[in-house]
Amino acid sequence: MHEMSLAGGILKLVEDASRREGFGRVAQLRLEAGKLAGVELSALRFALEVVSRGTCLEAAQIVIDEPPGQGWCVNCAQNVQVHERGQPCPLCGGWQLMTNGGDRLRVVDMQVLD
Amino acid sequence: MCVVCGCGNPGGPGPAGVAVDAKTGDLHFGAGAARVSVPGMSQQRAIKLEADVLGENDRIAARNREHFAAHGVTALNLVSSPGSGKTTLLCATIELLKQYEPGLGVAVIEGDQQTTNDADRIRATGAAAVQVNTGKGCHLDAPMVEAAFAQLPLHGHAHHHHGLGDGHDHGHAHGHDHDAMPAQLLFIENVGNLVCPAMWDLGEQAKVVILSVTEGEDKPLKYPDMFAAAQLMVLNKVDLLPHVDFDVERCIEYARRVNPAIEVLQVSATRRHGMNAWLDWLLARTRAGAEARECA
Repeated sequence: MHEMSLAGGILKLVEDASRREGFGRVAQLRLEAGKLAGVELSALRFALEVVSRGTCLEAAQIVIDEPPGQGWCVNCAQNVQVHERGQPCPLCGGWQLMTNGGDRLRVVDMQVLD
Repeated sequence: MCVVCGCGNPGGPGPAGVAVDAKTGDLHFGAGAARVSVPGMSQQRAIKLEADVLGENDRIAARNREHFAAHGVTALNLVSSPGSGKTTLLCATIELLKQYEPGLGVAVIEGDQQTTNDADRIRATGAAAVQVNTGKGCHLDAPMVEAAFAQLPLHGHAHHHHGLGDGHDHGHAHGHDHDAMPAQLLFIENVGNLVCPAMWDLGEQAKVVILSVTEGEDKPLKYPDMFAAAQLMVLNKVDLLPHVDFDVERCIEYARRVNPAIEVLQVSATRRHGMNAWLDWLLARTRAGAEARECA
């Protein structure tokens, strides 16, 4: 259940921004969790709900974009979409894929109220 | 500034929460999320962050990496499910290194939710160990490793020792005699868990995933993130192969589906099978670390 740690990391980024930018409440928080980021979204939502109680993030709408995974196929010599790890290249059926995208969890932006 | 009266109004964007029509200069006070302007009530505004959630951990991991290099330490992050034989492999490795590489300093950071059992087992071999209990935590993170490393004697090596809590902000790029520094090996035994530790960089040179043949051969497909993050897969307990239904070739094929570059070694820590290849791999890593430091 590493989503609890990740939720704590997200809250820290938001609270740091709150001190820096001087806002009191977050109306909407937009995250980006790549398909290959290793994040279980329902667990992350639950963890965010728990850690945000009593903070500026409480009751904020959480929007999570899920960009597809991407990998470099050595056989095809090009980037291809990877739906999950352990799946073959959709073009050539080979396994020589090196992940190079859709593997991060990021805080993108937020709508805040003073 | 307004050039007519010097009032400080740039004539550009209006007050906060108010939309200004770029062409006409018309002001729209109801353009915020509330669709109405209420005096004294703030409107919504957008803040861009574009920040990695693990950015803070990754910054400390990078600092650990520099710190390890400055102390001549090669750090390896050992990950596996519980019961794969990580600690037994480490104890056997330490005994063999004492015999064949007596000049090599070895220390262990032991991650578990509770107990000091594993650190006690390591200390019984004579190697330095520090236990990190994560409590409810399911993985080690970079700050935990930073704090644990400060407790180890490797940390004092080739270095005028400083007190803990001095911020570690001293320049490591100078003041160290790197040529004379003996090589040192730091094993970080992560919490037994094939999921969560994959995401946290600790500052290690490589992740080593240990899989025992009493587990399923399809674990690389079931827990792909961990096998994708590892440079080496150690198949442990191979002495039990005659008694279990485990297809080694298929397991390796699965591991390479998620990580085409992964190296594989087959060992039995209890029977000391395959340990030479494992020691060679470790020593090659410490040499690679030393060469990288010389070039730096």
